[in-house]
Amino acid sequence: MTFYTFKRVAFTLLFLSVFSFSFASNSKDSDSEKEFDAKEMIMHHVKDAYGMHLFDYNGHSYSIPLPIILYTDKGLTTFMSSEFHHDYNGEVIVEKNGQRFVNIHEKIYKLNDGETAVTYDAEHHPTNAERPWDFSITRNVFMMWVSVVVLLLIFLTAARRYKKSGDYVPKGIASFVEPLVVFVRDEIAKPMIGEHKYKRFMPYLLTVFFFIWINNIFGLIPFFNGANLSGNIAFTFALALCTFLITTFSGNKNYWKHIFWMPGVPVPMKIFLMPIEIVGMFVKPISLMIRLFANITAGHIIILALMSLIFIFQTIAVAPVSVGFALFIGIIEIVVTAIQAYIFTVLSALYFGMAVEDAH
Amino acid sequence: MTITGIAAIGAGLAAIGAGMGIGRIGGSAMDAMARQPEIQGKIQTSALILAAFVEAVALFGVVAALIVK
Repeated sequence: MTFYTFKRVAFTLLFLSVFSFSFASNSKDSDSEKEFDAKEMIMHHVKDAYGMHLFDYNGHSYSIPLPIILYTDKGLTTFMSSEFHHDYNGEVIVEKNGQRFVNIHEKIYKLNDGETAVTYDAEHHPTNAERPWDFSITRNVFMMWVSVVVLLLIFLTAARRYKKSGDYVPKGIASFVEPLVVFVRDEIAKPMIGEHKYKRFMPYLLTVFFFIWINNIFGLIPFFNGANLSGNIAFTFALALCTFLITTFSGNKNYWKHIFWMPGVPVPMKIFLMPIEIVGMFVKPISLMIRLFANITAGHIIILALMSLIFIFQTIAVAPVSVGFALFIGIIEIVVTAIQAYIFTVLSALYFGMAVEDAH
Repeated sequence: MTITGIAAIGAGLAAIGAGMGIGRIGGSAMDAMARQPEIQGKIQTSALILAAFVEAVALFGVVAALIVK
């Protein structure tokens, strides 16, 4: 019965939204005060930012300020991101140590000496300002620390429980963690690397799995305002670099032989395969990097694009459709958070397995 | 047509290719699971991994479309 109720409600909503949509497109008002730019809004959400923007209320923005740390030729300069007053169009100028800084699309520029306003060239690049060395605690860095703290809390609590009880029966949070750890060991590490050699790689695989997963989940929580950490190419680059370094340094004689002098094929083929294998060595981590980055970023963009349909059509009538689809994509994204963490870990384990494989 | 439009069409074509690829992987995996339900877990794992490989190509298209302004 509940299923039929649900079905009826869903169909009613669908019909209502279709009808009101057709009305809405007729009654669309032409004199809106400000054109809504979906692309700019989405890009602003997906990219890194100085300060955690929380919400707007009565035309006033509320956000958590984060420290900006810059290194210029005059030494270290620090101030809080609130001094920009939520401006990212390069209009508010912050003066510190006799230097002027502006925030242009979430990038800090230092104005050249004596300049008081930013000038742009045809492609909207500033002409009289340069980027200083930037070590700021941006919202991505902040979220990374939050996730590190959360992971430490979870795993230290779980470890302490095992130590205390002594009988290795998982209790409390440990009963949540243990199946996941066992899953990584039995379904990822053992089949991919091999029964005898997997132990060496377990710490890295577990770290990567849980770190990516928790950051994917944090990216979906609206309050953190899409701190899109695992959809940041620098973050995925660092993880892929770790996988690359571990693969390269744990590669045995056999692994290098397969790259430089493929056994079991004729000599012309060996010469032909060598450059391909060398390129493949670098392509593997690069594809890891792009896969995670693009999957998570695409998920964020789709949800935001569906939501901005309401503002593009400028009517609340599209809202049921938008919210419905965004909810649907959101549920898929929850699955994707786990799948992407799994895929990254599996592929890392696969590459480690190739590196330590015995001759056969 | 602007360069952005062409990039968007390219991303769409890449998505078509990946859709066909993942569809074939999923279909074959289903067939294999129906034939041999006892190794369902193994088939699922390798199907997921292969889908990830195919999907990466489509995502390269998306990234290329994002980079082009």
